[in-house]
Amino acid sequence: MAEYVNTFFFGIYPYIAILTMIIGSILRYDQDPYSWKADSSQLLHRKGLRLGSNLFHIGILLLFMGHFVGLLTPHWVYEPFISAGHKQILAMTAGGIFGSMAFVGMSILIWRRTTQDRVRATTKFMDMAILLILFVQLVLGLLTIPQSAKHLDGSSMIALAEWAQHIVTFRGGAAEYVADEALVFKLHIVLGLTIFLLFPFTRLVHMVSVPVKYLFRSGYQIVRRRG
Amino acid sequence: MTIRAQIGMVLNLDKCIGCHTCSITCKNVWTSRGGVEYAWFNNVESKPGVGYPRNWEDQSEWKGGWELTKGGKLKPKIGGKIGVLSNIFANPDLPLIDDYYEPFTYEYDHLKTAKESKTVPTARMKSAITGKFKEKPDWGVNWEEILGGEFEKRSKDYNFDKVQKEIYGEFENTFMMYLPRLCEHCLNPSCVASCPSGAIYKREEDGIVLIDQDKCRGWRMCVSGCPYKKIYFNWQSGKSEKCTFCYPRIEAGEPTVCSETCVGRIRYLGVLLYDSDKIVDAASAKDEKDLYQSQCDLFLDPHDPEVIKQALADGVPQSWIDGAQNSPVYKMAMEWKIAFPLHPEYRTLPMVWYVPPLSPIQSAAEAGHLDQNGMLPDVRQLRIPTQYLANLLTAGDEEPVISALERMMAMRLYMRGKTVDGVEDPAVLEQVGMTEDEMNDMYQLMAIANYEDRFVIPTNHREYAGDGPFDQEIAFSARSECGFSFGNGCNTGAKKRTNLFGSQTHNNTLSGTPHKASGDQS
Repeated sequence: MAEYVNTFFFGIYPYIAILTMIIGSILRYDQDPYSWKADSSQLLHRKGLRLGSNLFHIGILLLFMGHFVGLLTPHWVYEPFISAGHKQILAMTAGGIFGSMAFVGMSILIWRRTTQDRVRATTKFMDMAILLILFVQLVLGLLTIPQSAKHLDGSSMIALAEWAQHIVTFRGGAAEYVADEALVFKLHIVLGLTIFLLFPFTRLVHMVSVPVKYLFRSGYQIVRRRG
Repeated sequence: MTIRAQIGMVLNLDKCIGCHTCSITCKNVWTSRGGVEYAWFNNVESKPGVGYPRNWEDQSEWKGGWELTKGGKLKPKIGGKIGVLSNIFANPDLPLIDDYYEPFTYEYDHLKTAKESKTVPTARMKSAITGKFKEKPDWGVNWEEILGGEFEKRSKDYNFDKVQKEIYGEFENTFMMYLPRLCEHCLNPSCVASCPSGAIYKREEDGIVLIDQDKCRGWRMCVSGCPYKKIYFNWQSGKSEKCTFCYPRIEAGEPTVCSETCVGRIRYLGVLLYDSDKIVDAASAKDEKDLYQSQCDLFLDPHDPEVIKQALADGVPQSWIDGAQNSPVYKMAMEWKIAFPLHPEYRTLPMVWYVPPLSPIQSAAEAGHLDQNGMLPDVRQLRIPTQYLANLLTAGDEEPVISALERMMAMRLYMRGKTVDGVEDPAVLEQVGMTEDEMNDMYQLMAIANYEDRFVIPTNHREYAGDGPFDQEIAFSARSECGFSFGNGCNTGAKKRTNLFGSQTHNNTLSGTPHKASGDQS
C-alpha cells in the first residue's frame, strides 16, 4: 500500500498535474483570453500593497527560479564547480532569505485579503484558495530547512533532484528516489504539484504573460492597421 | 514624409452650458457595466477646481505624460521601460478609487419592503463594491459643480500657476467655466508607451487609440501613464478601459455619442492630415511653450497638391482628403487659430482641442471706463484670467489665447454691426487679421453651427485595409459581431454556468440592485 501511494504521488501525480497545467492553460488562453490577467486590486485598496506585493513577488520568483535550476541541473554539470554539500548550504541560505521575504509579503497580502472589505468583496474563491495554498507551501518549504540541517552532505538534495530529473525526462522509477525522504519534503512536493494542477484555474496564469517583450519593443508607440 | 489621417475634435467652451448631456449619453452607452460604475469616459468639470480624479492635472503627483531626459529624449514620466517593469508588482503612481469616488447605489428595494413604521422609509446609500452602507458620498465625478465647495480647496487647481489667485476667491471677482473632457486620442500617446503588454494601440487609419481587451493583462501602468487620467481600471474585469471615440459610429461616418447629443452644439469632428515621421521631434520641443506651435507644424495643408499626392501614395483614401479639406477642426485649429490642445506640456500631442471661453468684462467696464484695444475691448480684462486659460491650453503662453479671444470678440462685434446696425466695419476685421469671407465662415461654423458643418466624417474604408485592392473578408468581418461585454458575454450559453476560469463576483449594480455585503443575509 505504502509503495502504491508513493508511486502514485511521486510517479503518476506529477504527470497529471503538469499535463493539466499545460492543457488547461492553453485552453484558457484560447477560449477565454479575457480572463487572462493579473487581477490587481490595487485600485481599491493600497495600504500595505507596495511592501507586501513586492516582497511576495520578488521572494517567490527567486524561490521558483532557485527550485527550477537547483532541481533540474544534473549533478555532473555543477560538480566541477561546487560540491553537493556546499550547494545544499547555498540552497538553504538562499531559500531561507527569499522564503522569509515571501513569508512577510504573503502575511501582509493575506491580512489584506481577509480583513479589508473592498478586497474581500472582490475576492473570488480561487483567489483565496491559491493564496492560502501558496502560504502553506511556503511554510512547508521553510520547515524543510531545519530538516536539511540534520544532514549536510547533500545526499537528500541529490535524491530529490534525481527524482525531478527522472520525471521530466520520462524515466521510470522516479518515485523510488523519494520513498525514504522525510515527510516534510514529501508534503512539500505533493502540494507543489497541486499548485501546478490548479495553475490554469487561478490568477497565477498571469506569470506566463510576464511582459519581457516590452523591453524589446522598438520605440514606445504601437500603430495597428485594421485587418 | 509619411502622411496619416486622424479624426480630431474641437470643443467650443464659449458655448458649453455644463448640462452634462454628453457625460450621461456616453455613460449609458459605454460604462453602464459592473466595475466601471465610477468611470466616465466623458465628464464635465467646473473650473477652477481640482477635477476628477482629484488633482489629475498635477503631474508632479500622478506622473502622467512624457518628460525630456537630459539628452533631450522623450521618456514617460512614470519611467522608461525598465522603470515601468520594476513597478509592476505595485504601481506607486496609481490613483485609489477614492480619488475618483467609491461607486454606490441606493437600497431602493427597502422602500417597497419596509414594514409599517412611524417614519417614512429611506433608500440608503450602499457601496457598489462592499455592499455596505455609507453615510454620504465624499467625492464624485462632478463634485465641484458650479463652484461647489470652498475656494480654499478648489484653488489647488494646477492652472492657477503664475496667477494671483487670492482675489478670485472673492465673490465679486469669482469666475468659472466648464471643461468637458474625454480621451485625447493623442498623436504621441503615453498610455500606449507605458503598456507593457502592448495591448493599447493607435489605429493607423483614423488615429483612434484603443485597448485590446483580450491582450490587456491588467498591469495598470496605462492608468498612470495617461496624464488626462482617461484610462480607467475595471475593478471587476481586472482590465483597463477607455474612451473608444465611438469608433463603430465614426467608421460609419457618424459623430461620437457625446458630439451627437451635445445640446449646445459645441463639438466639432473632422479630419486632420499630419506627418507621422515628425511626431517625436514635435513632442520633444525644448521649451514647453513651443509645444503648441510644434504640434501645429505637424498638420498639413489638405489643399496643397504635394500633400494630396503624398497622402494618396501613403494610402489615405480620396474621401478622407476631401474630408480634410472641409474639416471644421482644421479650420478652427489651423486657419483661424482659435482652438488649442489641452495641456500641450504633457507632450502627448492631444487631438481633442478647445476654443477658450469669452467671459464678461471686469467691473471697470461697468463704471464706464473700459480699456479699449483699438476697436475691441481689452481681453485681458475678461473675468477669466487669460493666464489661467493659457495654463490650460498653451502651456502658459498667453499670446495665442489672447489672439483667439480677440477674434471671437471681433466676430461678435462685426456680425452685430452687420445684422443689427446694418454696418459692415472692416476695421474690426483688420485688427484681428481676418478677411470678410473668413469671418463669415467662422460665424457660420461657430454661431450657426449646422450639423453638416460640425461633423465632417468620411466613412472608414476598411475594405482597403488588407493587402489587396478590396478585401471582402475585412469589409464585412464586423457584421453581426458581438458588442462590448464581459469576455464571453455574447455567448449566452456560457454565461449562465459558473466559469471554470473564474466568474464575476458582482452583478451590475447600475441595474439598481445593490451588492450584498459579505455576511449580509437579508
